[in-house]
Amino acid sequence: MIDERFDAIVVGAGMAGNAAAYTLAERGLKVLQLERGEYSGAKNVQGAILYSDMLEKIIPNFREDAPLERHLVEQRFWMMDDRSHTGMQYRSDDFNEEKPNRYTIIRTQFDKWFSQKVRDAGALVICETTVTSLVQNGEGKVIGVRTDRKDGEVHADVVVLAEGVSGLLGTRAGLRERPEADKVALASRKCHFLPSETIEARFNLKGDEGVVIEAAGTISQGMTGMGFIYTNKECISLGIGCLVSDFQETGQTPYDLIERFKMHPSVAPLIAGSEVKEYSAHLIPEGGYNAIPQLYGDGWVMVGDAAQLNNAIHREGSNLAMTSGRLAAEAIFQVKSRRDPMTAENLSLYKKMIDDSFVMKDLKKYKDMPALLHTQSKNFFLTYPQLVSKAMQDFLRVDGTPKIQKEKASLKSFVSARSWWGLAGDAVRLARAWR
Amino acid sequence: MTDLSVRVEDKLYQNRYQVDSGKVHIKVREHDKPSGPLRALLTACPARCYELNDKGQVEITADGCIECGTCRIIGEASGDIEWNYPRGGYGISFKFG
Repeated sequence: MIDERFDAIVVGAGMAGNAAAYTLAERGLKVLQLERGEYSGAKNVQGAILYSDMLEKIIPNFREDAPLERHLVEQRFWMMDDRSHTGMQYRSDDFNEEKPNRYTIIRTQFDKWFSQKVRDAGALVICETTVTSLVQNGEGKVIGVRTDRKDGEVHADVVVLAEGVSGLLGTRAGLRERPEADKVALASRKCHFLPSETIEARFNLKGDEGVVIEAAGTISQGMTGMGFIYTNKECISLGIGCLVSDFQETGQTPYDLIERFKMHPSVAPLIAGSEVKEYSAHLIPEGGYNAIPQLYGDGWVMVGDAAQLNNAIHREGSNLAMTSGRLAAEAIFQVKSRRDPMTAENLSLYKKMIDDSFVMKDLKKYKDMPALLHTQSKNFFLTYPQLVSKAMQDFLRVDGTPKIQKEKASLKSFVSARSWWGLAGDAVRLARAWR
Repeated sequence: MTDLSVRVEDKLYQNRYQVDSGKVHIKVREHDKPSGPLRALLTACPARCYELNDKGQVEITADGCIECGTCRIIGEASGDIEWNYPRGGYGISFKFG
């Protein structure tokens, strides 16, 4: 395919791959980036929220030309039962700042922009090329990749595995395990197009302001999962994701789940009259800290979703992806600058750097959360939302029943559903996992 | 929920594909009766690529595949399916992602 030898091959052009390829090329390394899609972004799916801080550390002036949708001024959390939602929301004019902290983006458009930056920095980007396996020498050191192109073997000192959540190449090469069904969520999403004025009126926005809604409750039918509604300029991105193991056990279908979410009385008016232009689905790493595979070895590093780096509680993934891609590239650059070989020992610098960053610190904080939400899914996603809804409605409905009697009835409904021990246990478990 | 399920074809109709005719990227192992994982694929696949044929066996039509990888997670370990990415440049091309 190409006779040249590269300093680094980056497999994949998502957030992590682009961050790595850009950072490596920017520092003068000879970089080849391979992407199986028709163009960079063709296979990438995200809600999506962009976190400015992590991109600024790679491309400080990104706001000048990046395709950004809306900067976020408001976040809503909804606990839903079939006919209601109990909400908490935070909105602040402080988020209308010169350099906003979070934006909604449309991934395909954003990734095309990012890919152009990678090319401008000097990397060779080749699309429509699927990497089929890693080339390893007799000692197991990764020395390049095989692709589905004619004579498709290419060699490099180091391979950056930014292949995404599935981790196919890493699994095939024996560098890691395949993600387990209870450690990944399947999210499906749709793009609902509406005139920008309609979106602004429905969500109480002006100009480029945006809102994010995160929703949990009976919408996931007792499975561990979450729904989301993001406002873009002229479309609303809406979706819902649940653990693959829960889909497997319950026989629920992703398309029924998203349709029911759309028909919920709290959601339907927001998207009424819209035109759907795309249906996509994607896996999300949900195993947290305990599901992270080995991140480096002889001749390779693993970044982004491939490394299962996703903060399921805060719904953050792309920032962890960008940061891991950048740190892996900086580590490779340091090893290269010292003229040292790309051995596991030398590349362990990447692990040290990521351990010292917010990425591992945040994931460590919530390490017990995925297991808790999974084992207690019926309580957290069905029972409690229903109880909260009932209590809220009783609190608000005026019907001549004395308030003291209502309060007692609400309390009794919680205790009879979960018992005192159950309630106390859930509270302690939640508090422990949150620490 | 049949009235909802039929709409999955409509959803896929909105998507853009480059179909690699004659080359399938996912294969189902031959079987008489579907295993547990194969039965799960009938409902878990978001593009409803897996369906029962008239002999009660699970078949795949991968043309509408949105390449999420769920079937690999469910069905590869048991050997029920053989999973690959489509050839470079083929399969789904998301416009929005």
